[in-house]
Amino acid sequence: MADQTYPMPGTLDATPSRGAALLEWIHSWVVTVDHKKLGILYAVYAIFFLVVAGAEAMAIRIQLAVPHNHFLSPELYNEFFTMHGTTMVFLVGMTFIFGFGNYLVPLMIGARDMAFPRLNAFSFWMSAFGGLFLYFSFIGGFGLYGMGSAPDVSWWAYAPLTARAFSPGHNTDYWALALIVMGFGTLGAGINTLATAFSMRCRGMTLFRMPLFVWLMVVTSGLTLIVITPLTAAQIMLIIDRYLGGHFFDTQAGGSATVWMHFFWIFGHPEVYVLILPAFGIASEVIPVFSRKAIFGYPAMVAASVGIAFVSLSVWAHHMFTIGMTSVSNAFFALSTMMVGIPTGIKIFNWVATMWGGKIRFATPMLFCTAFVFQFLCAGLTGIMLAVAPWNWQLHNSYFVIAHFHYTLTGSFVFCFFAGIYYWYPKVTGRMLSEKLGKWHFWLFFIGFHVTFDTMHFLGILGMPRSIYTYEPDRGWNTLNAIVSAGGFVQGIAVLLLAWNLIDSYFNGRAAGNDPWDAWTLEWSTPSPPPDYNFAEEPVVRSRRPLWDIKHPNDPDWKYER
Amino acid sequence: MSAIPGTVPIFANENWQLPSRGRVGMFALIIGESAIFTIFVVAYIYYIGRSTYGPGPQILEIPIFNSICLISSSLTIVLAEHAIKHGRLRAFAAWWALTMLLGLEFLAGTAMEWRRLIFEDHLTIRTNLFGTTFYSLVGLHATHVIVGMTGLSLVMLFTVLGRVEQRHAARIQVLALYWHFVDAVWVVVFTVVYIVGR
Amino acid sequence: MRTGRCFASIRWRLCLLFLLCLGLASAGAQQSSNVPSILDPSSTPAREILGLSQFVLLITGAIFVVVGGLLAFILIKFHERDTDRGHEPAQIYGSVQVELAWTVIPVLIVVVLFLTTARIIFAIQDAPKPATALDVTVIGHQFWWEFRYPGLGIVTANELHLPVSSAAAPRPAYMQLLSADVDHSFWVPQLGGKTDLIPNHPNAMWTDPEKPGLYLGQCAQFCGLEHAKMLLRVYVDTPEQFDAWVKNQQQPGAQNHAVEAGRRVFETQACVNCHIIAGTAGHGTFGPDLTHLMSRGTIAAGAADNTPDNLRAWIQDPNTFKPGALMPAMQLSDEQTNEVVAYLTTLH
Repeated sequence: MADQTYPMPGTLDATPSRGAALLEWIHSWVVTVDHKKLGILYAVYAIFFLVVAGAEAMAIRIQLAVPHNHFLSPELYNEFFTMHGTTMVFLVGMTFIFGFGNYLVPLMIGARDMAFPRLNAFSFWMSAFGGLFLYFSFIGGFGLYGMGSAPDVSWWAYAPLTARAFSPGHNTDYWALALIVMGFGTLGAGINTLATAFSMRCRGMTLFRMPLFVWLMVVTSGLTLIVITPLTAAQIMLIIDRYLGGHFFDTQAGGSATVWMHFFWIFGHPEVYVLILPAFGIASEVIPVFSRKAIFGYPAMVAASVGIAFVSLSVWAHHMFTIGMTSVSNAFFALSTMMVGIPTGIKIFNWVATMWGGKIRFATPMLFCTAFVFQFLCAGLTGIMLAVAPWNWQLHNSYFVIAHFHYTLTGSFVFCFFAGIYYWYPKVTGRMLSEKLGKWHFWLFFIGFHVTFDTMHFLGILGMPRSIYTYEPDRGWNTLNAIVSAGGFVQGIAVLLLAWNLIDSYFNGRAAGNDPWDAWTLEWSTPSPPPDYNFAEEPVVRSRRPLWDIKHPNDPDWKYER
Repeated sequence: MSAIPGTVPIFANENWQLPSRGRVGMFALIIGESAIFTIFVVAYIYYIGRSTYGPGPQILEIPIFNSICLISSSLTIVLAEHAIKHGRLRAFAAWWALTMLLGLEFLAGTAMEWRRLIFEDHLTIRTNLFGTTFYSLVGLHATHVIVGMTGLSLVMLFTVLGRVEQRHAARIQVLALYWHFVDAVWVVVFTVVYIVGR
Repeated sequence: MRTGRCFASIRWRLCLLFLLCLGLASAGAQQSSNVPSILDPSSTPAREILGLSQFVLLITGAIFVVVGGLLAFILIKFHERDTDRGHEPAQIYGSVQVELAWTVIPVLIVVVLFLTTARIIFAIQDAPKPATALDVTVIGHQFWWEFRYPGLGIVTANELHLPVSSAAAPRPAYMQLLSADVDHSFWVPQLGGKTDLIPNHPNAMWTDPEKPGLYLGQCAQFCGLEHAKMLLRVYVDTPEQFDAWVKNQQQPGAQNHAVEAGRRVFETQACVNCHIIAGTAGHGTFGPDLTHLMSRGTIAAGAADNTPDNLRAWIQDPNTFKPGALMPAMQLSDEQTNEVVAYLTTLH
C-alpha cells in the first residue's frame, strides 16, 4: 500500500497524480491479503446485498399487499422470492459472518493476521464471484428480452421440480453453480478460521481464555466444514442429473425426491445455526461491556455452543414432518428439535443473568442486543411450537414458519450484526457512528420488524401457505397482508438510515480513540483503525479480559476465573 | 514481552506450544472432504438394488491389484516422510517417486476398468441409477487422487530441481496427510461398492 | 433526566405492543366461515392437533411471561444512573446452582412436551382404519388435483366431496396421495394437517369431517409457476347429499343432441389428447376429467368461477386466469368456442 513519498532536494517531483493515486488505492484493495481489509470487503459486500435482497422483499410485499395484485408476474415473483432467500442466506449471512470473523478473530487473539492470508483472499473472491454470477442470472440467457433466468425454484430447490423436464431453462443451473462456487469460498474461510484460532493465539491465551466471539467463530467454522459440503454434493448430483443424464432424483429410474430433501436439509438446518452462532458471539461481546459485567457462566456458554452445533446435526427432518415418514421417525426428530432448545435457552439465561445486577448503558449496540434477546426468546418458543410434529403438520409451509425464521434471521441475526456494526465501526474506521441516527435506525427497524413479523404469525394460523404469488380475497387474509407490507417499508427506511450513517460518519464522525466503549478484549488495545501489523509486540494475557486486568490492577479477573 | 504497558506477565509460559497451522488446516480440509464423500456414499448405499432397469453391480470386477497399489502407496509415502525427516534426501526422492508410480497405476487401472464397463458392458453414468451412483462415487474419489497426484508432482519437481531440504519435512507431512486421506476413502469406497453393494 | 426518558420509552414500547396485539386480534376476528383457520377444527385430527397446540401454547406462554418479564424488570431496574459513573458493579462470573437449575428445568419441560407430542403423533398417524372408511386417491398434477374413488368408480377433479362422519356412523375418508409430476401438498386446515404428494412415494392421510359445509385449502408445497392457483375445495356432504352426488358422478356423460356440434369440436380438436369425457373419444389424462364439469363450482383448480363466460375465456386463453397453466390456448374460432362451451355446459 502506498505510504508517504519523501521529496528529496534536487529531484523531480514524483508525487503521483490523483488518478494514479486512486488506481493505486483500488489496486491495494483488490490484491490485499490483510485480514482487516478482507473483513471490510466481506462486510461491505454483505451490506450491499442486504439492501438488494431487501428491495426484493419490498417487491414481494407490494405484490402481496392486496389480493390478485399485478405488480409482479408469477414468473418474476417466483424468481424474486427464490433470490431473496438465496441472497439473504448466502450473500448476506455467510459473508457477514466471515467478514466479522476475518476482521476480529486475529485481533482478539493477539495475532497479526489469519493463518493463511492468501487462502483468505481466495475465499473472499470466490464468494464474491459466486454472488455476482448468481445475480448475472437476471440478465443472462433471455434476460434482456423477458423475465431473466434467475433461479425460480425456491431456495430449497426440491427435486423433481429442478429436473430438466420441469425446469428447462438455466434458472436452476445458475442457482447450483453459483452456490458451488461460493461453497469453495466458505470452505476456505472455515479452514482458515480454525487454523488461526488453534495455531495463532498469543501467549497465555488458552482456549478457555479466548473471547466468546472467537469461540463461536471456531464452532461455526467447524460446523461449516461438515455442513456446506453436503449442499455441494447434492448440487453436483443435481447437475449430473441435469446435464449428464444422471438419475439421482429421477423417480422413474429408481431415484428419490426425498433423498434431495434429506441432503438439502442436512445442510439447511445446521446452516441456520452457522448463521446464528456468530450473532450469539457478537451479543456475548456487547452485552457484558454495556452491562459493565463479565459474561455470566463462560464455560457453560462454550459448552452450550458446542452442544448446539452437535445437536443441530440431528434435527434436519423437522423440515420434513409432512413427507410421510414413519411415526417413529417423526417422534425422533420432534425430540431432537426440542432438545436443541435446551442449550439455546441456557445461552439466553446467561445473557439475562449478565444483565442482572449490571449498570446497563443503552447505547445503540445495546439497544439492538436487548431487542435480540427478547426476539430470540420468541423465536425459540415458536421453534418449539414447530417442533411439535402434529402442530407442524398444520404450520409447515405456512406464513407461521416464515414469521418464525424471520424472527431468528432478521430479529436475531440482523439485529446482532447491526449491534456489531455500531460496536466495531469505531475500531475499523476510527470514527464513531452518529448515536442519534443510530437510535432512529433502531426504533424504526424495531417497530417495522414487529409490525411485519408479529402479524405474519396470524396469517399462518389462518391457513395462508408460503411461496404464493397471490391469494384469494375471500379467505380473510387481506388486512393482515396489508399490515405486513406496511411494516416492511418502515424497515426499509431504517436500513437506509443505517447506510447514510455509515457513509456520513466516515467523514464527519467524532474521533473514536482506541477504546471508546471502555471494553476489555484485545482489539481495543490497538489504535483505531489498527496498523497493518495489528500489534507491535505480541500481547501476553492472563485472563479472559486482559484490558480489565490492566484497568483494575487491584482486582484482576485471573483471581476469580475458574 | 508484552505490548500492553502495566501487564504483569506472571504467566511465564516457556511451554507455549500451539499446533502447526498446516496440520490444523489440513485436518479441517479432510473433515470437509469427508462430509462430501459421506453424502455420496450414503446415496450409493441407499440406492443399492433400486435401479428399475439396466445392468447391476454384478458386472463389476473387484479391483484387487489397483487397491493393493493404492494402499501400498500410503506405506511408501510414510517411508518417504521418514526419509526426509532424517535428512536422507535421495531415499526421500526414491520413495516419493515410487508413491507416485503406485498412484499412477491406480488411475490407469481405474481408467481401464471404466473403459471395459463403458464399451463392453455398456454402463455409463446415464444408463441407469446404478451407473449414476457408481461413476459419481468412484469418479469423485478418482478426482481427489488426481488432485493428490498434482501435489505430489509439484513436490517431485522441486525435489528434482534440488529445492527440497530437510527443513521442509513438516510441510511434506501435511501433504502426505492428504494422500493418506485419499487412501482411507478408497478403503470405504471399495468396501461399499465392491463388497457390500454386489 | 436520562432515567425518565429511558423509562418513558420502555413504557411507550410496551403500550405500542399492547395496541398492536389489540389491532391484530380484531383483524383476525373478522372470521367468515370460509377462512381456513387451524383454530376452527372440523375433524378428529384437526381437533387433536388444536388441543395439543393449546397445551404447548400454555407452556411456551408461561416461559415467555417468566423470561420476558425478567428481562423487562432488568431493563427498568438495572439501567445506568448518573450516580453510577466511576465504579463498576459487582462482577459475577457464574453460579453452579443457578446454572444447574436452568438446565434441569428445561430438560423436564422437554420431556413433558415430547411425551404429549409423541402420543398425538401415534394417535393420528397410526390410527386403525375402520371397515366403513371411504377410499379416495388424490393425484397431484402441476396445478390441478385429480380425485379418484376406486370403490365407487368415480373420477373427478379439483373439488372433493366427502361424507360427514360421526361417532355413531363413522365414515372417515382415507386418502392415498400420489403425484404425477413434482411435489405437492394437500392442505385443508380445518380438516387436518397437510401431507405431501411426492412422485413414486405414495403417502396416506385420513380425515373424518364433522360438519357439512365447504372447506377451503390449497397446495402447500411449491410446485412451479402456478402453485398459488392450485386451490382446493372440499364439500362435506350429509349422507343423502353425498349419495346423490355419487349417483350423479357414476352416470355416463350427458348426451344432448342439441349440442352435437360442440361435442364434435371436442372430439376433433386437440382436447381429447388431454381430457376425458365418458362416452366420447376423449382419453387424455394430462388434464382433468370433464364428464361432470358442471357439478363443480369453479374451474382451473379454483382460479375462476364455473360460468359460461369464464369457460369461454379459459378455452380461448388459459393465461387469462392462470398465466403459465399447462393447458395451451386452443386457437379455436369464435364459432367453435361457442359450440364447445354450449356442449360443456350440459355436462352436469
